[in-house]
Amino acid sequence: MMNKDFAGEMLTTMIKIRLFEEKAVELFAAKELPGWLHSYIGEEAVATGVCLALNPGDYISSTHRGHGHCIAKGVSLKAMMAELYGKKTGYCHGRGGSMHIADFSKGMIGANGIVGGGIPVATGAALGSKMKKMGKVSVCFFGDGASNQGAFHEALNLAAVWNLPAVYVCENNLFAETTPQSEHQHINDIAQRAVAYGMFGDIADGMNVLSVYEKAKLAADRARNGEGPTLLECKTYRYRGHWEGDPQPYRTKKEIEEWKKKDPIRAFQQYVIENRLLTESEIEKATHDIQAEIDEAVVYGRKSPLADVQEAVCSLFV
Amino acid sequence: MRQISYREALHEVLDYELQINPDVFLLGEDIGPLGGAFGVTTGLWQKYGNERVRNTPLSEIAIVGAATGAASVGMRPVAEIMFCDFLFVAGDQLINQTAKMRYMFGDQCQLPLVIRTVIGAGQSAAAQHSQSLEGLLAHIPGFKSVIPSTPYDAKGLLKTAIEDNNPVLFYEHKSLYNMKGEVPEEMYSIPFGVADVKRKGKDVTVIATAEMVHKSLRVADRLQKEGIDVEIIDPRTLVPLDMDTIINSVKKTHKAVVVHEAHLSYGPGAEIVARLADEAFDYLDAPLKRVGAKDVPIPMAPHLESFVIPQEEDIYKAIKSVVD
Ligand SMILES: Cc1ncc(C[n+]2csc(CCOP(=O)(O)OP(=O)(O)O)c2C)c(N)n1
Repeated sequence: MMNKDFAGEMLTTMIKIRLFEEKAVELFAAKELPGWLHSYIGEEAVATGVCLALNPGDYISSTHRGHGHCIAKGVSLKAMMAELYGKKTGYCHGRGGSMHIADFSKGMIGANGIVGGGIPVATGAALGSKMKKMGKVSVCFFGDGASNQGAFHEALNLAAVWNLPAVYVCENNLFAETTPQSEHQHINDIAQRAVAYGMFGDIADGMNVLSVYEKAKLAADRARNGEGPTLLECKTYRYRGHWEGDPQPYRTKKEIEEWKKKDPIRAFQQYVIENRLLTESEIEKATHDIQAEIDEAVVYGRKSPLADVQEAVCSLFV
Repeated sequence: MRQISYREALHEVLDYELQINPDVFLLGEDIGPLGGAFGVTTGLWQKYGNERVRNTPLSEIAIVGAATGAASVGMRPVAEIMFCDFLFVAGDQLINQTAKMRYMFGDQCQLPLVIRTVIGAGQSAAAQHSQSLEGLLAHIPGFKSVIPSTPYDAKGLLKTAIEDNNPVLFYEHKSLYNMKGEVPEEMYSIPFGVADVKRKGKDVTVIATAEMVHKSLRVADRLQKEGIDVEIIDPRTLVPLDMDTIINSVKKTHKAVVVHEAHLSYGPGAEIVARLADEAFDYLDAPLKRVGAKDVPIPMAPHLESFVIPQEEDIYKAIKSVVD
């Protein structure tokens, strides 16, 4: 399975997410971007491993920390950046912003500002896919904190009992905002909860893109083959605060540094070089190209027009 | 013309839509073998099977969420929430997901879904099974709100609701299910945002919904004998709201009373009188009046329940107070 092209796609997807997020953080700090920002830095292997295990038409839904999922699903960086700027050319014409990016043409059916709120909706997409025999899998990303919401319970139970083609990807980054996992649930492995629904539960190393890919592929295949939904927990870590500006009193610098030693991008880079899949200069060139694409997206975002205010009151209904 | 019940009228549309449109499906609690708590889906599970008539777990969040997600990828779900009192178990799904999805994501999707639910008191079902909560979600942009008062309207409006490409909330009053009325055999649609004049009159305009239409009609008969000629308008849909018909009536009568079973304070009537004050001030000769449930939870004991819910006497007094 691991050939040069695929390794390159995995690595560049992760780098694209990292660099996009670094740029977004920078623009946000410079007060260029309105709204809020929740950085995905550190968790790149999860979105990448999962989305690369999917078919182009498969659905994903996302969270407040959603940029990585969008990028891994192949959305346009320009339209995404323009949305962060709140411009007319953004995915949602400036109505959504960072927490609500969607690209239905790519199967990205929406990020969400309500923790856990997207889980039932993603379940509905799986239901639609099943009923219309579309053969599409619906993947729902959410965090450890979201797994305590009632919506999680209702949706997973429904998906199991209706045998829906859904994959519930829990990104366990050990914190729900400022609350450590040990204080918000009495378990370490959220995947255990799958047992309660009679669905398959699995755990991936969320700092290892290959581990995520392998487990996600199994889950997606199961879903596609009519073998039902999976709860896939990916153990990961966010490097930055919950939001940009978070003083982070709940953890130490040392803890963050320990996790950075397992950096998913550096680890995979090492892997592809050791296995002679890519050379350092190829990686350098790819990184350079990605940076150029992001810079172009920033220019696009900056220069794009704002939506006319009348557009804000004209399209509530079809 | 043949007479059928409000329940049968609704049933006919669901049956028809399941037959002609493979994208239409039903989901809800106990809608399968039982046919729903009020029997609207009787026989449909037997006829169309598990896939099209989906008996769900007790999971309002999942029902609304699954309907929303399925609609966003091309299905046309018709969900049933057993009582409107349970709608807000799924409050986030309704308010933050369903209502927002299309607009917030820049018009990228359509959400052709209907949520049928049951309103109303009158059965001593007490505080958590008797409410008329149609006003709450009318406050949230993103839903159309339908509230039929007759079998004829129920059929034509449900047809329109299922054909609509937006989220529609469809409120059925539990005391009306057995009510019979003339309903054509063939299918027809009643457009949203078109009020119906249930009784023509020239002295005072009564704007009433659901069961209150029928109470108001009886009051109007009584007032006729006193020489007061009441016009009764049923908006039929709260969103969109047909103010033109209401204002045209007020231009003639110069007086208006709004009657609903929802609680008085902040109820739909507040919106209607506010719009009248705003848009028809010059035509008014009397204070605008509202009749609604008293602002307490609906009590169980029959005498308490009927005290809290608007009765004919309350409507009578309100009308008299503006015509005298
Ligand atoms: C229903 C709801 N409650 C609270 C919040 C505020 N909030 C936003 S993100 C967040 C933490 C979410 O934690 P988790 O699900 O683990 O995701 P993570 O941020 O770690 O990616 C909270 C409490 C919210 N947006 N929605």
